[in-house]
Amino acid sequence: MARMKFLLDAERCIECNACVTACKNEHEVPWGINRRRVVTINDGRPGERSISMACMHCTDAPCAAVCPVACFYTTADAVVLHDKDLCIGCGYCFFACPFGAPQYPRVGNFGSRGKMDKCTYCAGGPQADNSRAEYIQYGSNRLAEGKLPLCAEMCSTKSLLAGDGAVIAQIYRERVQRRGYGSGAWGWRTAYRETVAI
Amino acid sequence: MRALMLAAALLLAAPVAGQAQPAPQVTGTPTSPTPMLPPVADELEVLKALQGGRVAGRITIPDQQAANLIQPGGKSWRDFHNVTLAWVGGVAVLGMLAILVMFRLSKGRIPIEGGPSGRTIQRFNLIERANHWMVASTFIILALSGLNLTFGRHVLLPVVGPEAFTAISQWGKYFHNFLSFPFTLGLVLMLLFWAKDNIPNRTDVRWVKAGGGLIGNAHPDSERFNAGQKGIFWITILGGTAVAVTGYILIFPFMFTDIAGMQLSHIIHSIVSVLMIAVMLAHIYIGSIGMEGASAAMTTGQVDLNWAKQHHNLWVEKELAEGRGADAPDSARPAGAD
Repeated sequence: MARMKFLLDAERCIECNACVTACKNEHEVPWGINRRRVVTINDGRPGERSISMACMHCTDAPCAAVCPVACFYTTADAVVLHDKDLCIGCGYCFFACPFGAPQYPRVGNFGSRGKMDKCTYCAGGPQADNSRAEYIQYGSNRLAEGKLPLCAEMCSTKSLLAGDGAVIAQIYRERVQRRGYGSGAWGWRTAYRETVAI
Repeated sequence: MRALMLAAALLLAAPVAGQAQPAPQVTGTPTSPTPMLPPVADELEVLKALQGGRVAGRITIPDQQAANLIQPGGKSWRDFHNVTLAWVGGVAVLGMLAILVMFRLSKGRIPIEGGPSGRTIQRFNLIERANHWMVASTFIILALSGLNLTFGRHVLLPVVGPEAFTAISQWGKYFHNFLSFPFTLGLVLMLLFWAKDNIPNRTDVRWVKAGGGLIGNAHPDSERFNAGQKGIFWITILGGTAVAVTGYILIFPFMFTDIAGMQLSHIIHSIVSVLMIAVMLAHIYIGSIGMEGASAAMTTGQVDLNWAKQHHNLWVEKELAEGRGADAPDSARPAGAD
């Protein structure tokens, strides 16, 4: 089985936000929820870089470690998913997540949160693959159809890569060697305790 | 640290500088225009992680929390939640239970010396008792639902199964949120009712020196509240305030603070809570099964005169001197002159 990962080549990202839009459209993500976002660091200054960030599907995921109801699970493809029927919307996963991936619909009184929503790596949830129930809760399940996450698939500059970690790391390595520079695989050290050695 | 890394980077750069085209001088930014240097953005990430700092930028969506790209603080919070809190909470709660069991086995139930007199004196009026029970009942539910968030996954989840456990935790969350309001109100009323009788004085010093009568068999003087009760009172008020303030920060996520503030609020909230739970276990024990005659103070409000003299002698003297309390029991009959 592949070890699915995301890799963002910050030298290529042009902050077009197509990945954000593609994700929202593909999964019909409600208003206010952003499974993927683009953060620009050093905006308007030398060394400006944009990084598209979502759930990185960590090895030893912090969200799963702190969840009071143990609603997270890791698939055979190493995709970190959660069961919305078990989630109580406590918000602990957001405190622990290094990437700010968990999102909560605001429902009811105070700042009371609904069930957590996050990037599924286009792999749905615990419901039957590509069922109506799965689509409503988690969005489409492209992985079950043999497709990769839409954000990376339609990235116009191929800045965002998704797929088997070993394969996308090799693509990135070749790029860096050809052009002679690279700003590293963002978040890899934090998510997978490793980085792409050039 | 930064200077050291920079020096290391310069040393590495020296051999390749010959072949490389002149690189634009950019400092402190996540870019690496120089060929074959260690990736600077990656370094920035590591540096920030080492300093516990966040990597943040600009975002074009309304949710400004999303501007944080990487927050290494999450790791510390995870360690706190899974290790520190579990240990502190476990040791505090189970340790206190163990102490109480040992106390019970060694000293037994504390009796009323000379037995109940049958004559009673009013200790707490109806409003004081109602308020006490409002705080007590909400505290118990808040404590159980709170402990469930930390320990339930390991203790209750394997027993009841995931669906039932989610239902329990979900309702626990609602109760925890809503019952915080009567709990906080009760704390304010408690402060108004009892603060004047809980100001520490010299009598308390003597009481503590005598071991409160718990250690040994001394009977130190005590006013309406002894030093132990005053301690419980101020732990409730001060701890309760800390828990309430941090709790309301948590209940309105990101309204008052950012991710670091939310994590800190949770740390204070949970640590103070588990310590308060441990203290309240002792309070519950001594107020119920641990001491003969004590529970009457908070149920009927009328305590036996002998109990009161034993534990709060100065208060009894004052009450009797002011002509309050110590009614004869209903069964008492006038002896008559015949």
